Amino acid sequence: MIEKIFVGSKKYWFWVFSLMALVGIGLCFYLEQFQYGLGITGMSRDVSWGLYIGQFTFFVGVAASAVMVVLPYYLHNHKAFGRITILGEFLAIASVVVCLLFILVDLGQPARFLNIILYPSPNSVMFWDMIALNGYLFLNLLIGWTNLSAEYKGLSHPAWLKPFIYISIPWAISIHTVTAFIYAGLPGRHFWLTAIMAARFLASAFSSGPALLVLLALIMRRFSKFDPGKEAIFGLSKIITYAMIANVFFLGLELFTCFYSGIPAHCHSFEYLYGGGRLTMIMWLSALLACLSLILLINPKTRNNTGWLTLSCCSVFASLWIEKGFGLVVGGFIPNPLGKITEYWPSLPEVFIALGVWAIGLLILTGLYKIAAEVKSQESNAA
Amino acid sequence: MNRRDFLKIAGVGMVSTIFEPVLPYEIKPSKKRLALLIDITKPFDIKACLDACNKAHNIPEIEDPKHKIKWIWPERFSDVFSEQIDMPKEITIPVLCNHCENPPCVRVCPTKATFKRKDGIVMMDYHRCIGCRFCMAACPYGARSFNWIDPKPFIKGSNPKFPTRTKGVVEKCNFCAERLDKRESPACVEPSNGSLIFGYLSEMKDLISNRYCLRRKPDLGTSPSVYYLI
Repeated sequence: MIEKIFVGSKKYWFWVFSLMALVGIGLCFYLEQFQYGLGITGMSRDVSWGLYIGQFTFFVGVAASAVMVVLPYYLHNHKAFGRITILGEFLAIASVVVCLLFILVDLGQPARFLNIILYPSPNSVMFWDMIALNGYLFLNLLIGWTNLSAEYKGLSHPAWLKPFIYISIPWAISIHTVTAFIYAGLPGRHFWLTAIMAARFLASAFSSGPALLVLLALIMRRFSKFDPGKEAIFGLSKIITYAMIANVFFLGLELFTCFYSGIPAHCHSFEYLYGGGRLTMIMWLSALLACLSLILLINPKTRNNTGWLTLSCCSVFASLWIEKGFGLVVGGFIPNPLGKITEYWPSLPEVFIALGVWAIGLLILTGLYKIAAEVKSQESNAA
Repeated sequence: MNRRDFLKIAGVGMVSTIFEPVLPYEIKPSKKRLALLIDITKPFDIKACLDACNKAHNIPEIEDPKHKIKWIWPERFSDVFSEQIDMPKEITIPVLCNHCENPPCVRVCPTKATFKRKDGIVMMDYHRCIGCRFCMAACPYGARSFNWIDPKPFIKGSNPKFPTRTKGVVEKCNFCAERLDKRESPACVEPSNGSLIFGYLSEMKDLISNRYCLRRKPDLGTSPSVYYLI
């Protein structure tokens, strides 16, 4: 199957080489960061996590969202999702790789990363997150690849795979829960110290991930012979709608608790994010996009129209990318423990390194989707 | 001892040797716990204390506030205790790592590069730290600094008896563990003119109970070892 990534149209190779160029640029900037130190980024003593960790958090959600196609297909025998399940699993693989890379580029001493395994520390949530993410990567590689090979040979998936598929469902929930625990268990960071954090993470994951999957499925339909099917896409759009409603509802719950209780420490980060700091513009943009997407998604006429659905999926993705991939992490650090505001904005090298990591993710995704598209269209030709 | 008991004991022993190094940070309260009392009613030269610490620990003098390394530094009383009381007159007090009884930084460290000693000192192993900065997010006091850049060019008047750090690791106050080993008091205590009092908590109980004392953010349950006498 792997040979399929080496044959493609001019457009395919142009895409692949553009991504490789981005990876190259990112790598150059990373070498500069490696040499100079993380001072090359916009992070500081007060805002000690930034774009990298924000993106890590966001893509854990995208990875976890594969469960939204796997679960209806395998547990409820929802046949419409049969053709896109593999897309969900492969998206999870690329996303987990992106997550791990974002952690790696964020480390001050990347050469020592194996210390996490050499000195296992079960008291650290980071330790469990490492286990959860690597386990999830393994599960999706195993399930995705085995399924596709079986299909390639015209067989249904082998029986031994079933337990792994069943394990992968709670495992997907666990990766994002554990990632939320990184934030939700820290005394003194009131913006993060909320029991609803994991629930919020899951809601945003189950809207942003499937939104990306819809967009990818539409791109696949346009550029390859593989058609994921209208029913699958509109099925996903319902999931996105419910999850996005839950997500906005949860944010409302946070706002109520903070501002009705009026406890200053609980309000500060919200006041900073939405009330006049460096991030205020993009936070309101995120809120606006969330409202727009809800209007378009809740109305069945616009939800069931491919054009409007594309717009709403873009809005969901962009809104949550800003809120969770940026504002959530940075907002937790502002104001600092002594009540002072230190602004954060990513530096140019930081942005290029992040672009490089995304490009690696997209390269992996392109390769995997290319294989899947070829195998799937072969299968439909045979039938 | 019969064979069954022997196997039981051997089994438990084996399991405990496997798990012992993996066991979480120390949960038991330390019997002999070191503490620092800061009497803020007595005027003293804060700068002299800070300089002594900076010199003893090769702390770089970085101008950029985003990249500053701080072990002990001055803050306004109203910022440090914003949720507690209003002082009639604004004063500046030193802040530093609180060497918490229940330190969140130790709890979150994924490599045990930061750990708590039996005497309560929360220490850093600069050679094990991977620079993930989870501890900086976890510390409710902002007491930890990260080496965003190579600190060595910024060190003035280096002390050969204390290690310098590399870029990419976290560092903080160590209660002068290296000086305590030589039976010297912490560097900041010496020039403080008696305003900073260091010792075992059990031996300073009277001082604490006779005065009105504050500790930073006591509601978080970290139980700081730094007391402010007001």
